[in-house]
Amino acid sequence: MNLWGAIIVAAVIAFATKLAGHLIPAHLLSGRSTRRVMGAMPVALLAALVATQTFTGPSGTLVVDARLAAVGVAVLALLLRAPFIVVVVAGAATAAGLRWLGWG
Amino acid sequence: MLRQGLSVGVATGAYGISFGALAVAAGLDVWQACALSLLMFTGGSQFAFVGIIAAGGLASAASAIAAASMLGLRNALYALELTPLLGVRGPRRVAAAHLTIDESMAVAVTQDDVPASRLGFWVTGISVFVLWNLTTFVGALVGNAIGDPRTYGLDAAACAAFIALLWPRLRSRDSVAIAVVGGVVATLLTPTLPPGIPVVVAAAAALLAWREPRVNGDEPIGARS
Repeated sequence: MNLWGAIIVAAVIAFATKLAGHLIPAHLLSGRSTRRVMGAMPVALLAALVATQTFTGPSGTLVVDARLAAVGVAVLALLLRAPFIVVVVAGAATAAGLRWLGWG
Repeated sequence: MLRQGLSVGVATGAYGISFGALAVAAGLDVWQACALSLLMFTGGSQFAFVGIIAAGGLASAASAIAAASMLGLRNALYALELTPLLGVRGPRRVAAAHLTIDESMAVAVTQDDVPASRLGFWVTGISVFVLWNLTTFVGALVGNAIGDPRTYGLDAAACAAFIALLWPRLRSRDSVAIAVVGGVVATLLTPTLPPGIPVVVAAAAALLAWREPRVNGDEPIGARS
């Protein structure tokens, strides 16, 4: 599969998921446990993405570098209720600054 | 409410810049970045998709699709709540489905009456759609101009983006526990599995939400964002 193929497949699944919610009878997804698990999925996936994006080094090794400092600054910004774009730019600037100083 | 919908649209536009830049840094071209925003149109899934492609390239395409699709499952739950509220059929229902995202859902369900909910849904959905796509394009051009993503910390920007997307969902002790388990599982699996697979496996941490939440004042997880 090339990259375009992957994009189209992922986009079709995303749209089908949304449409399914509008078309299928509500009672099929009405189990409270089912709904809780579906609702919790973004939490598990996003946490996994934070972890892997932060610690994955070359060829799957775990490393601590400027990205961990960036996440720390991002959390600080979130605690100060900064908007999304400020959090992202602060994270990027932290890593860029540390690398400019020769670390990470 | 009109202002609420439009301002949500403008705020989301700012994510679009980061998404476009990160998508290009991950190896997508400008048009592929724009295609994701036009066709997939659900921010968290798009960030996940390009994040995994950035780590593993085309070889991890299946994981990228799987992670993006699982992140998008919540949109089906939003749709279940929105359908009776919107009362649309035919082509407008297809449009409503495409616009079913965190933001349009949040504005629609917090209005006092049905007409306001409907207007809130459409104004928010359409303004987010327009701005998200425009800013993705701008972000992708910026990302193209930057060159090596590490110099400007774009790889770290991805980490910051994911924690910022996660943050508002950590409102109960149970969701914090699920986040910790998901993060630890993914980290431990990273040295042994191909990129992307640890993220997909870590999604199983969501099964911790199967049992009834303890009655200790915690908000139930999976409540809307």
